[in-house]
Amino acid sequence: MDERSPEDGIVLTEEQKRRRRARSIAIGLALGALALLFYVVTIVKLGPGVLNRPL
Amino acid sequence: MSLVSEGADLAGPVRAEVARLEPSMAGVGDYLALMKPRVMSLVVFTALVGLVAARGHVHPVIGFTAILCIAVGAGASAALNMWYDADIDALMTRTARRPIPAGRVQPGEALAFGLTLATGAVVVLGLLVNWVAASLLAFTIFFYIVVYTMWLKRTTPQNIVIGGAAGAFPPMIGWAAATGGIGIEAVLLFLVIFFWTPPHFWALSLYRTDDYAKAGVPMLPVVAGADETRRQILVYTLVLLPVGVSPWLLGHAGAVYAAVAIAAGSLMMALAWRVRSARGAAGEQAAKHLFAFSILYLVLLFAALLVESLGGALSRAAA
Repeated sequence: MDERSPEDGIVLTEEQKRRRRARSIAIGLALGALALLFYVVTIVKLGPGVLNRPL
Repeated sequence: MSLVSEGADLAGPVRAEVARLEPSMAGVGDYLALMKPRVMSLVVFTALVGLVAARGHVHPVIGFTAILCIAVGAGASAALNMWYDADIDALMTRTARRPIPAGRVQPGEALAFGLTLATGAVVVLGLLVNWVAASLLAFTIFFYIVVYTMWLKRTTPQNIVIGGAAGAFPPMIGWAAATGGIGIEAVLLFLVIFFWTPPHFWALSLYRTDDYAKAGVPMLPVVAGADETRRQILVYTLVLLPVGVSPWLLGHAGAVYAAVAIAAGSLMMALAWRVRSARGAAGEQAAKHLFAFSILYLVLLFAALLVESLGGALSRAAA
């Protein structure tokens, strides 16, 4: 009999966990880069005007 | 009882469904491979030339954003192409090791990846650069996936002639990113890549005919034979030669570009002529040479235009 019962669901192997972690890091880096891109483009497009907002 | 041994007792489609539910084994490298990085590099280069040649006053950060979005859009197109073509990729030697047929990436993962990147690239290009460039990018992705991959590729030997338009749009998108519109120069760059595509791909298909036949893809050598393909390679190269020189003839490029376009075009013509006349092992070798040189031809023409445009920009800045 297998050690896993159906109630356990799918149990990831160490290799699957390692690859999922690598994918998660890549997604995190991509999202971070996107946030940075929006920040830099905002500064480029608005320049000092980014602070010039009527109260 | 384990999930795997349960799956072994199931009917085919149900077993396939269970396989799709298996945890992903895709690595980051597999996702990068889905984006066809080598094709992407040519797209990035031609788009960059379009952007620089436009002589618009585009800020370097905005220019970088435009090129990044075009690169991601090209990667998205490649991923969606691999998702749709996984069945025929598995049958061809050249493509059997791609992530989906090799079983490292599930089709659903590639579809989600491609759609996410395509949407992201178009929206970011629109928001941060301009919506003309974003619309062109969206149309290019649509054209490559729906018109070329889903419709033309499996139905007509003219697949890469019409579908080649998708690969010809990047310099036009680069141009639109810099100027917010489309100029005659951008159309000329489009035409250069458009007429370059048939000799480039048909040279490849001449020595991969068996692969395409096995997969049921109606490439010209499969449907009309090698001789007709050699003849059409020559005809398209004859058209390409003046089209390649046209940016100079119409006053949009200088002497450096003219010299490169004439020299490279003549060499490409000589190689196409050799493909037309050689047979057997020599014929296959000639097709391989033409395929390899065709890539260099495009790189040389666009590099010459880039050098001239950068030179012009520097002298304008100095003046």
